[in-house]
Amino acid sequence: MRLAGKKVIALGERDGVPGPAIAEVVRSAGAVPVFVETECFV
Amino acid sequence: MDPENQGKIKSLVDEHGPEELVVVLGAADLESIEVTAETLTAGDPAYVGPLAGVQLGLPVLHILDEEVKEQADPDVYDEQVGLLEMTLDTGAVHEAMRKIRGGP
Repeated sequence: MRLAGKKVIALGERDGVPGPAIAEVVRSAGAVPVFVETECFV
Repeated sequence: MDPENQGKIKSLVDEHGPEELVVVLGAADLESIEVTAETLTAGDPAYVGPLAGVQLGLPVLHILDEEVKEQADPDVYDEQVGLLEMTLDTGAVHEAMRKIRGGP
């Protein structure tokens, strides 16, 4: 799937990759983060 | 998955339409990946949040998917994910994503 031009829901996790890191990566691929969150899964 | 976030994502789908949106996960364990992906495709399996019984059918990728890595700027990817990529169980992540996509 092409990320360029898509709106991305960046749903990170505290024990994995956090939301802001996902947002930076997808932005570099030409996508637009519209929701950035770091959840804590219990 | 956090009910508050379910509500926010539901609003985003209403606003932009599902065809414009892609979910990229960052969770590291199998259960978390499965539950989140199920919530955003078939509805909240716990039936507690706003997505209970709501099939959004959003495409779900993982930040550790090769598909994502290939499209990103390598320097940015290394800076943001490189270290975590080495410490996380990437095999478990790939297995979870394969399962979600209905692969073998």
